[in-house]
Amino acid sequence: MPVPMPMKNSQLPSLNAGELAVHVTGITKAFGKGNASTLALKGADFEAQLGELQLIIGPSGCGKTTLLSVIAGTLVPDAGDVRVLGEMLTELGKGEVTDFRRRFIGFIFQQFNLIPTLNLTENASVPLLLNGAGRRKAEKAADEMLERVGLAGRGKHYPRQLSGGQQQRVAIARALVHDPRLIICDEPTSALDRETGHQVMELLQGVARQADRSVIVVTHDPRVYEFADRIAAMEDGRVLGNRPAAEALPEMAAHH
Amino acid sequence: MFHLALKMLIGDKAKFLMLLGGLFFAALLMTQQCAVFIGLLGWTTSHLSNIRSKLWVVEARVEQVNELKPLRDTDVSRVRSVAGVAWAVPLYASVLQARLNDGNFKPILCIGLDSTSLVGRPATILKGRIEDIRLPNSVIIDDLALERLKPPDGESLDVGDSFEINDREARIVAICKSDRAFFGYPYVFTTYDQALQFAPRQRKMLSAVLAEPAPGMTAEATAARINASVPGMKAWTEDELYWATIVWYFKNTGIPFSFGTTIILGFIVGVAISGQTFYSFVLENLKNLGALKAMGASDLKLAGMLLLQVMSVGLLGYGLGMGAAASFGAVAAKKGQPPFMLPWELMGAVLVLILLICMGAALLAILKVRRLEAAVVFRG
Repeated sequence: MPVPMPMKNSQLPSLNAGELAVHVTGITKAFGKGNASTLALKGADFEAQLGELQLIIGPSGCGKTTLLSVIAGTLVPDAGDVRVLGEMLTELGKGEVTDFRRRFIGFIFQQFNLIPTLNLTENASVPLLLNGAGRRKAEKAADEMLERVGLAGRGKHYPRQLSGGQQQRVAIARALVHDPRLIICDEPTSALDRETGHQVMELLQGVARQADRSVIVVTHDPRVYEFADRIAAMEDGRVLGNRPAAEALPEMAAHH
Repeated sequence: MFHLALKMLIGDKAKFLMLLGGLFFAALLMTQQCAVFIGLLGWTTSHLSNIRSKLWVVEARVEQVNELKPLRDTDVSRVRSVAGVAWAVPLYASVLQARLNDGNFKPILCIGLDSTSLVGRPATILKGRIEDIRLPNSVIIDDLALERLKPPDGESLDVGDSFEINDREARIVAICKSDRAFFGYPYVFTTYDQALQFAPRQRKMLSAVLAEPAPGMTAEATAARINASVPGMKAWTEDELYWATIVWYFKNTGIPFSFGTTIILGFIVGVAISGQTFYSFVLENLKNLGALKAMGASDLKLAGMLLLQVMSVGLLGYGLGMGAAASFGAVAAKKGQPPFMLPWELMGAVLVLILLICMGAALLAILKVRRLEAAVVFRG
């Protein structure tokens, strides 16, 4: 499986492997009002380092996706600080957060969220177009990225013509095409079979190995734990622990 | 990004065609009905366009050009005597019955022109000579009369043919082109004196006096002088009588209400179909729009994409609707009916209405997308 090659990104101050890509402290987030209010995050703290693939695991409803949304800047927390790639998102305005997200974050969604009426090249070119790139340049870069994820020559195909694994690879190409520093993945393998899931995780691992990148994956798919550098476990709106996979995995295996 | 917005819409063929169909139908309905209505109003003022006089002096109680009340022949002299009038001539205009060679009767609009000046003569002679109208029992018929006065199984009338008006022979000496009248009766032009021979005798026979302002006088000023000097008569400029006729038909017939209802229905159908279709298109694409929002598309960018989508379909629907309406008009013009007039003002007004429909549809969608949280893409 080919691994995406690093692309130049000169938009952010230089951060190196081992430094914090994400630093979240004391995040609370409630949904609903009054008696119907539900506290999804209860003072969660979280860190992710550059050059690592970070998993966030935990049972359904524990707040993983909410935490991921807060890190991605798509959800504003009720309290706490969110620092991503050196920027304090909680101090930025809505437009600035949108701008930050567009430039520095790549997204991979559980349901791929490819636009069915656009072909693969067009789908993969969206982040570049949103960042103001010209159509021809964006489509050329998208085709190159599709080639790197193993879909060379398929640019004119449409999502419905692909398997689930291939669609997720297009989503990965789309997430990486604008050379983001942080890749946010929400259950990227839950709709895939084991083999395809492994291929997708290998791709993400390849990205995370680059010194100035960080990949955060929310999952409850134990088949992907082996790809993690660090694993954060969540429960009931809090991060209970965030340890190197080498420490966490044997303990989890013993527990099971 | 905008080319992708268009592809997103066109790619959803069912929604695209439904949206296009709604806007096409709305544009066609509004344009076609308005054009027929304007054409119909044009027919109500055909006397004015066919006779073409700067000043119409008529009986004081006349409200519109199609109901001329008779005057005395001496009233022509009263108008001539007003300072500021260059000249004034008599006009006869009335519906008479033409008896055809097969014994059938058909109504005609008989126009009697001053035989010396022939003021009010048809603008376009298709066949024959205008001067021959001065020959005894001579008439000039319009192109509509060729069809209307034709015997059911006979040939079309031509120069040299004749028919009867009030038991008098009317020999066709020329064929002219004229604007069609509201009731669809053909125009038959003759001299004023000959018209009086054709018409049943009455105490008063003069229908109107056509007048020309003296050099240096405006039509309005001359009309004012006539109105001040000649009691029992009223002078109208051509423009005033045109609008008085239009307003009369607005006030006294159900035509504007009938057409207005259809035009409003066209607008409502356009709003309902396009608004509902585009909104459901946006609802079905909320997940994709949420993904774009998560990836950093601003509300403004998404609003621009939605506007582009709906406006593009709107312009396409407008173009197709206008084309269909124009085709309808071409067929109508060839057949001579129904009335159809498509001025640029109407085309502009329909364009504005279609764009209003589109903006309404886009506004609903934009509000929905504006309220959409980007985080929605992370929720399963």
